[in-house]
Amino acid sequence: MKAAPFTLHKPGTLEEAVALLAEYGEDGGLVIAGGQSLTPMMALRVAYPPHLVDINAIEKLSQLTVGDGFLSIGATVRHAQFHRHFVEAGTLGRLLSSVVHHIAHYPIRQRGTFCGSLAHADPSSEWCLVAATLGAELRLTSTSGDRLVQINDFLDGAMSTTREPSEILTEARLPLLAENTRFGFYEFNRRAGDFALGMALVAYDLEGGKIRNARIGVGGIEEKARRLAAVEAALEGKTPDSEAFAAAAAATVADVDAMEDPTTSAQYRRDLSGVVVRRALEIAQTATRF
Amino acid sequence: MDNHPLELTINGKTYKTAVEHRKTLADTIRENCDLTGTHVGCEHGVCGACTVIVDGKTVRSCLMFAHQAEGCKIRTVESLARGDELHPLQEAFIENHAIQCGFCTPGFLMLIIGAYENDPDITEENLIEVLSSNLCRCTGYQNIIKAVRSASGGLLAIGSDADA
Ligand SMILES: Cc1cc2nc3c(=O)[nH]c(=O)nc-3n(C[C@H](O)[C@H](O)[C@H](O)COP(=O)(O)OP(=O)(O)OC[C@H]3O[C@@H](n4cnc5c(N)ncnc54)[C@H](O)[C@@H]3O)c2cc1C
Ligand code: FES
Ligand code: FES
Repeated sequence: MKAAPFTLHKPGTLEEAVALLAEYGEDGGLVIAGGQSLTPMMALRVAYPPHLVDINAIEKLSQLTVGDGFLSIGATVRHAQFHRHFVEAGTLGRLLSSVVHHIAHYPIRQRGTFCGSLAHADPSSEWCLVAATLGAELRLTSTSGDRLVQINDFLDGAMSTTREPSEILTEARLPLLAENTRFGFYEFNRRAGDFALGMALVAYDLEGGKIRNARIGVGGIEEKARRLAAVEAALEGKTPDSEAFAAAAAATVADVDAMEDPTTSAQYRRDLSGVVVRRALEIAQTATRF
Repeated sequence: MDNHPLELTINGKTYKTAVEHRKTLADTIRENCDLTGTHVGCEHGVCGACTVIVDGKTVRSCLMFAHQAEGCKIRTVESLARGDELHPLQEAFIENHAIQCGFCTPGFLMLIIGAYENDPDITEENLIEVLSSNLCRCTGYQNIIKAVRSASGGLLAIGSDADA
């Protein structure tokens, strides 16, 4: 349970960090942010990077700010920063603070980062689900400059992304939500704090009592978190009631390509996908304040 | 592999040592600084026996490399008692039978103290959630919850010690 030997680099600026990654990235050198996924993997010798570039001392990566229509989350913004509702982010701030308690445990959330979760790309990552459902835009930085990537082009499967080894994910941008957007998040797992067996995030605008602009995503079910266009279409213009939710659950089960693992069959996960979507819709409908 | 010089500030005292980059903060606290109150159970972030406070944040010390904690203020369970006088939370653990084998206890003490310092008005619901972070195989948690409830007045009193 001890990590293999490596060299630790602690750059003070982003320029130094990208230069280090340009030098070591191709040979397996990795960024370490919160270390809450990477360090366990190194202890278990599933990962053995020869170089680690610690980005925690880079001041400008720690920013959490509201821009024109979006929330900007820097690379070292911790999960725990969303424990309290981030007021300036309005409805989105409430959504993030309702989701964050499902991620790991309190001490892990003090160090683990939002961007680290996206870079790690666990199929059961709550932040990957939030990013995929709401449509995050990501900034990747290397010695050749910045490039912007949509979350769907970034997530590439279980623990896999399209990030180049020389790139640092420096910022994630989430679109702000309208004041009248309703949202609901539901996660199912066997023990609190465990990775989700299945989860859903739903957001929609309520106009004249009808569902508009539905965004429905599931995580932990497929190899990567995904918005379900077929389910969104099934809900568009409907009254949010048990009949509409049952139809959405059926559309979900029909649409997903569920994963299988030694303890959980694909059939179980497929059934679960409908349950989590229905429950997330019920939460969105009944929550008293939005 | 090479040992690299390292200076750690633990419980207000400076420790000068040299360790490999791969050595965790938990192992360094125990083996190089001789502070064996911090326990090591799973070594991959699941059990919480290694919980310490780094710059005011409650963290798993097995999930940090010691060199990452250079320049930080680290607090371990050894910071709690004043000589022979136990911290009110330690007293409450004894009073309420919140300690049996004791392996998990240092981690729980630092977990609870860190959480209260960050949020003195922590709700019952959030407290239960915080306590679910660490594993205890003996007590069944009920007595730990009782201990925290009975000590919570005394816990607030230590807030001023946060930089010690
Ligand atoms: C017991 C336990 C339970 C957990 N439960 C959950 C859970 O329920 N849900 C959940 O989502 N997570 C869970 N986690 C993982 C946790 O949320 C991590 O914090 C998160 O997955 C990764 O973020 P990090 O900042 O810690 O990344 P690190 O561990 O530092 O890095 C993870 C990976 O991403 C890369 N990386 C990180 N940041 C960047 C960046 N800015 N640019 C490029 N590459 C980068 C690293 O090179 C590494 O490959 C759990 C962890 C533990 C130990
Ligand atoms: S030893 Fe650190 S969490 Fe178990
Ligand atoms: S008292 Fe034995 S593990 Fe908690």
